[in-house]
Amino acid sequence: MKRFAHLFKRLDETTKTSEKIAAMRDYFASADHADAAWATYFLSGNRLPQPVPTKLLRAWAAERANVPLWLLEESYHAVGDLAETLALIVPPGESEGDDSLTVWIERRLKKLRAMDEDVQRDAVNQIWDDTPPEIRLAVMKLMTGSFRVGVSKRLVTRAIAEASGVPVDVVAHRLMGDWKPIPASYAAAIDPDATAVLDSRPYPFCLAHPIDNDVGPEPIGDPRDYLAEWKWDGIRGQVIRRNGRTFIWSRGEELMEDRWPEIESAAAFLPDGTVIDGEILASTGDGEVLPFAQLQRRINRKTVGKKLLSEVPVVFHAFDVLELDGVDLRGEPMHRRRTALESLIDGIEHGHLRCTEVIAGETWERLAEVRGGSRERNAEGLMLKRRDSTYDVGRVRGSWWKWKVDPFTIDAVLIYAQKGHGKRASLFTDYTFALWDGDDLVPFAKAYSGLDDAEIRKVDRFVRTHTTEAFGPVRSVEPKLVMELAFEGLQRSTRHKSGVATRFPRILRWRHDKQPKDANRLDELKAMLPQSP
Amino acid sequence: MHISTGEAILERTERGLYCPPGGFYVDPNVPVHRAVVSHGHADHARWGCKSYLSVRDGEQILRQRMNDDAEFEFVEYGETVYMGGVKISFHPAGHILGSSQVRLEYGGRVAVVTGDYKLGPDPTCRAWEPVRCHLMVTESTFGLPIYRWRPQADIYTDINDWWRSAAAEGKCCLLYGYAVGKSQRLLAGLDPTIGPIYTHGAVEKGTEAYRRTGVDLPPTKYVGEMPKKHDWKGGIVVAVPSAHGTPWMRRFGTVSTAMASGWMMVRGSRRRRAVDRGFVLSDHVDWPELMTAVEQSDPETVWVTHGYSAVVAKYLRELGRDAISISNRQRTENDEEEADAGPPEDGGSEDDGGPRDGGA
Repeated sequence: MKRFAHLFKRLDETTKTSEKIAAMRDYFASADHADAAWATYFLSGNRLPQPVPTKLLRAWAAERANVPLWLLEESYHAVGDLAETLALIVPPGESEGDDSLTVWIERRLKKLRAMDEDVQRDAVNQIWDDTPPEIRLAVMKLMTGSFRVGVSKRLVTRAIAEASGVPVDVVAHRLMGDWKPIPASYAAAIDPDATAVLDSRPYPFCLAHPIDNDVGPEPIGDPRDYLAEWKWDGIRGQVIRRNGRTFIWSRGEELMEDRWPEIESAAAFLPDGTVIDGEILASTGDGEVLPFAQLQRRINRKTVGKKLLSEVPVVFHAFDVLELDGVDLRGEPMHRRRTALESLIDGIEHGHLRCTEVIAGETWERLAEVRGGSRERNAEGLMLKRRDSTYDVGRVRGSWWKWKVDPFTIDAVLIYAQKGHGKRASLFTDYTFALWDGDDLVPFAKAYSGLDDAEIRKVDRFVRTHTTEAFGPVRSVEPKLVMELAFEGLQRSTRHKSGVATRFPRILRWRHDKQPKDANRLDELKAMLPQSP
Repeated sequence: MHISTGEAILERTERGLYCPPGGFYVDPNVPVHRAVVSHGHADHARWGCKSYLSVRDGEQILRQRMNDDAEFEFVEYGETVYMGGVKISFHPAGHILGSSQVRLEYGGRVAVVTGDYKLGPDPTCRAWEPVRCHLMVTESTFGLPIYRWRPQADIYTDINDWWRSAAAEGKCCLLYGYAVGKSQRLLAGLDPTIGPIYTHGAVEKGTEAYRRTGVDLPPTKYVGEMPKKHDWKGGIVVAVPSAHGTPWMRRFGTVSTAMASGWMMVRGSRRRRAVDRGFVLSDHVDWPELMTAVEQSDPETVWVTHGYSAVVAKYLRELGRDAISISNRQRTENDEEEADAGPPEDGGSEDDGGPRDGGA
């Protein structure tokens, strides 16, 4: 457990991806398969079925610390993390030996769930007796389930690949599906025999560079060298059809299984040995794209019901072809790939698979005009792709550009604040903003990011000294601070007091120059709503 | 609350704790005529007062940090002086060099203002002693049961181990602590056989005051006096936290950084500091010490201030003591640093103009 606790500490103490991967790689390189399997399981975001209800853990911890429950709750507010609060509040234990992660899980933690409360209580107290500070937090994390160390399954996959020398996409594929944290699973994941071509293997995605809106597109050259398309706000995806099977990958290199049945059915019409790149969009049969809020209803649904399928149909808007007849086309120029794509899709009559529209425009002025109409189509702006460019890996400067429309902005007043979690626990970092409606300030958006550390500390101090009321963790503050918020879109909402929901609200800057009375009004926000059809 | 008939020995006012029969303030919030101060940190020893009364051990620190035109009077621990019939004495608080609990006696009643204090050992100052009283005014900076300090000796070992291994990798260590008090406590625990010890300007000043008072500290060199191309590898620099991330740091080459503070107990604080290591070393009472101190001082009434005052007061009431919170502001990890920046002409960290603790 000491080694796993050390891994947890290393992951927790850095925000750098490279250091997180190095920490996991070191762990995987020396852990036995049993421990490595459990580590893979937890770091990928899985947890044990709740070993002990947290309500009981809280009560027992308070008892052990000899303090009333309310004092434990006060401590929890200050720490911002339950596992850490439990770890700190219970006086430290001692341990002679060092049982492995697997022993801890199999012999102790997994058994808790089935125990009667009295037995369970003794077992939990024994765990506290046996955990010195260096392993206490990791054990409490395993018991309460919330890991939050900023690693994803993708990073775990990369670390395993680096530790084992097996290619990352091979490891990724082997970790897919209903993966069991047992030694054999881990052994299979790092089996060096990877000669068999994986049908599911995707290509790394080509990414676009943003065009600086203050400068405009002129510096990138002649518009006639570029192919322009709408920049849609959907889910980037790669559809693979090989040997009679379909695989749909997200840009986060996650295999999306059974999530998009319409697209899977359309993909069945693709010839074997085909890989196309495009965007999954909520869209009607005639190609009209619905707002992202509609697509959101389907995101993260593991299974999709009939009702949702008919209400929010999705369409794959293909914009590139990377493989045809089993041949890698990525070295071909963009315009040839586009021609190949069009003839491929033309041959398929299926409402859920189409080509993106190519936008004609010989001059930047003309394209700027078209771009001005983005919002009406639920697009985010334009994509510009060099006609002679190859399909690059990652974000290579010069071949693909995204020319987004400016975000919406509004000046709002900070009215509530709440402490953050994890890294930001104990600082007031989560803010609610309001706009004027007559003489009232109506809350309309929450924003968590956009200020630098120094500004966050200043706001934190402001909140502490200007609180008017506290409801649980939420502080109501004097309406004095004005901030400019940016957001990507907005829609009507019955769930928000203001009647409007904003997408990706974030703080653009602190308007020290503005008084609260200068903030915008709610009707000014509503005027930005898209016209209802 | 329940103070004997007759004139109250201490009153809470906008300017801070006031002793009406004595006509003086204890650790005032604003410049006043007569200030009795518990120790030299600027949130207790307010700059700009006309006269200061404190303990002899704190003389060097106080004279260095307060206005020159003030009148100073210093007494030994345990010695008594009278002001307007109030018997005043100072008793070790164990917080920093020259820190005291201020004991006031008048009309048969005793009040003790703890200032900041800790019960654990500290090689650079006199250890806390319990002072029995009717009214105890206690700080509560770390007044939550999650705060429980490990023994100082273990922390010193951790710090020296960190220094030793960073030195072996050819790095220079930067160890951050408040300029007066924490820095000298750190210096006292460093093992000079590992490598040279350097001080940041603000730390150097504080260290001089300690040495002049007779505190034994290992030899140090002031960073500002080192030659331009000096090789810092293997050394350790004790600096104030505000130096972290500034261009001043660049001269040291590859560094390993650490912060020593009670706030390092919680991960969020450690991460926000963006240092490589956090050492939990505090000059304030932790939860068990706070409870011990109240028990041994055994007051009828407790006034809780500076920190988690409402929480601590509520808990003490549940234990059956008469306790109230006399401050509605929570202490944060920045407060002390700002307070620690010293007088304005030191060019200390800029304040955002937020109000100071109102004391009431």
